[in-house]
Amino acid sequence: MALRISLNINGTEHGVDLEDPRPTLLDVLRERIGLTGTKKGCDRGQCGACTVLVDGRRVNSCLTLAVSLDGADITTVEGLADGDTLHPVQAAFIQNDGFQCGYCTPGQIMSAVGLLSETGGQASAEAIREGMSGNLCRCGAYAGIQDAVLEAQANIAKAGKS
Amino acid sequence: MNTFDYERPETVADAIKAGSKPGASYYAGGTNLLDLMKAGVRTPDSLVDITRLDELQRIEPQKDGSLRIGAMVRNSDLARNDLIQKDFPAVAEALLAGASGQLRNAATVGGNLMQQPRCAYFYDAHSACNLHKAGQGCDALEGVNGKHAVLGWTKTCIAVHPSDFCVPLAALGALVEVDGPDGSRQISIDEFYRLPDASTPPGSTLKQGEIITAVTLPSDAKRFAARARYIKLRDRTSYAFAIVSAAAMLHIGDGRIKDARIALGGVAAKPWRAREAEDALNGAEAGEAAFRKAADAALADAKPSGDNAHKIELAKRILIRALKAAADGTPATMPDLPGSVFATGKEAR
Ligand SMILES: Cc1cc2nc3c(=O)[nH]c(=O)nc-3n(C[C@H](O)[C@H](O)[C@H](O)COP(=O)(O)OP(=O)(O)OC[C@H]3O[C@@H](n4cnc5c(N)ncnc54)[C@H](O)[C@@H]3O)c2cc1C
Ligand code: FES
Ligand code: FES
Repeated sequence: MALRISLNINGTEHGVDLEDPRPTLLDVLRERIGLTGTKKGCDRGQCGACTVLVDGRRVNSCLTLAVSLDGADITTVEGLADGDTLHPVQAAFIQNDGFQCGYCTPGQIMSAVGLLSETGGQASAEAIREGMSGNLCRCGAYAGIQDAVLEAQANIAKAGKS
Repeated sequence: MNTFDYERPETVADAIKAGSKPGASYYAGGTNLLDLMKAGVRTPDSLVDITRLDELQRIEPQKDGSLRIGAMVRNSDLARNDLIQKDFPAVAEALLAGASGQLRNAATVGGNLMQQPRCAYFYDAHSACNLHKAGQGCDALEGVNGKHAVLGWTKTCIAVHPSDFCVPLAALGALVEVDGPDGSRQISIDEFYRLPDASTPPGSTLKQGEIITAVTLPSDAKRFAARARYIKLRDRTSYAFAIVSAAAMLHIGDGRIKDARIALGGVAAKPWRAREAEDALNGAEAGEAAFRKAADAALADAKPSGDNAHKIELAKRILIRALKAAADGTPATMPDLPGSVFATGKEAR
C-alpha cells in the first residue's frame, strides 16, 4: 500500500514516498530525511528522546504514524537555531551543563521548548520538573536540565519585554 | 509490526463503515495502539485514522448545563480548558497526573477510555493471557502481580484499567456517547466497561465498528467543583501509572456532607465507583472518622489477586487522603504536582 505524504520540516517541504503505512515520524525523520538529531531511545513512548514539535506541540515521534501527519509542520532540534544564533533553550543547556553524554539532549530541548510555550513563562522549578518528566536522562543531568529550563524561561521573558 | 491498510475517512459515518470491517481498528493519538502493535500484541488488518474528524474535536456546553467533550479532544487541551478547570477540577487534575506532557498532547479522550491494561503478560505476545485470546489462561496469576486487581477480578483476568482520567469520570457519572453500524447510544461510564467473569476477560462494551464520539459530564456534577480532588500513588512522583488512586468529591452544606462522589483507580479492570463509600458519607460530618468508615466500605469486598494485599490498605489510605484534600477545598490554582501526594498546599478557591 504505497502512500505519498508531504511534511514541512523546519520550514522546508519534503515529499516522502512510503511503501506502507508503518513508518513512525521518528523513522521518517532519521531514515528518510536524514535528520538524525532526533534520537531513538526506547521507541515506545517511555523516554522522550524522540520528542519533536508537530504543529508547535511537543509529541513523541516514535508513537506517531507519519502517514497520519500528512501536511503537518514539524520542528526538530535541527530547526531551532537561527543560523549561528542558538535558540534560548539551547544556549541555556550549554550555560547550565544540561547534559553529559548528550543522547537525551535533543529530546530534552524540544520538550523544554514545548513546555515553555504551554506554561506561558510562569513555571516554578517544581512545575518544570513535573513538566519535563517525560524525558529521561540516563546520565542523570537533571539538576542542570532544570536550571537550563528555568534560565531559558527567564531569558525568553526578558527578550519578550525588551 | 505487521503491515496494515490505512484509511482516513472524512466523516464519522464513513469512519464507521471502514471501522466495521473485521480486523479494523480506530487510530486516534496512537500512543497505546502503536505501542501494542510494536509489541505484536495488536495486529490490526486496517487502521481507520479518525484524527481529522472535525465533529469529534469540540468541547461544547449543552443547554441542560452538561458539558459534551468530543472523543478526539487531546488530553492536554482538555486539562487546560477553562470550563473543565472551573467546573470539573478533579478531571483536569487526573488528566495532568497521567503520562507525560508529550503523551498528553497526543492522547485523546476516546483513546484514554479504550487504553489497554499494562499487565506485563498482556504486553508479552508469548505469555498466556485471556486478553490475547479467551481460554489461553493467565500467566499473571502465578507471576509478577503486585500491581494487579483487588476488586472485581476473577481468575480469568486480574489486570487493572490503567487510566487516571476515567477515575473522576466514573465518580461524576460521565456518559459515553457511541455511534456505530446499529445507530448511536449513550451509556454511563460504569456500564461502558465489563468486569471479567468465569470465562470472559474484561473489556469495553463496544462492538466492532462502534466509535466513541463524545463523553458528557452531567450538569449536576458541577456542584462538587469547590471540593474535588484526585490523588494518585505511584512508584515515582511523575510519569508512572497509579498503584492506587482516588477521586473524591464532596458537596457540603450546613456542616454536613450532602452528597459525595468517590471512585478508585488501579484497583479493578474498570474505574471503580465506590457507591457504598458514598452512601456511608451522606449526612455525615466531614472528618477523619467518616472518611475512615467510607474507606472501609469502599474496600469491604477487596481481596488480593496475588502478591498485592498491600494495595487494599494503600487504597484506603489514598481514599482518606483524597477525601481530606477535597474537604479542604479545591486549590485556587492547579498544584505544580497535580494528583501527587507530594503536592504542596495551595489556598483553596
Ligand atoms: C509511557 C506511557 C506512560 C503512560 N502513563 C499513563 C498514566 O500515567 N496514566 C494514564 O491514564 N495513561 C497513561 N498512559 C496511557 C495513555 O493515556 C494512553 O496511551 C492514551 O490515553 C491513549 O489515547 P490515544 O488517543 O493515543 O489512543 P490510541 O492509541 O490511538 O488508541 C487506543 C485504543 O483506543 C481505540 N480508540 C481510540 N479512539 C477511539 C474512539 N473514538 N472510539 C473507539 N475506539 C477508539 C483504538 O482503536 C485503540 O484500541 C501512558 C502511556 C505511555 C506510552
Ligand atoms: S524513543 Fe520515543 S519516547 Fe523513547
Ligand atoms: S545526557 Fe546522557 S542521557 Fe541525558
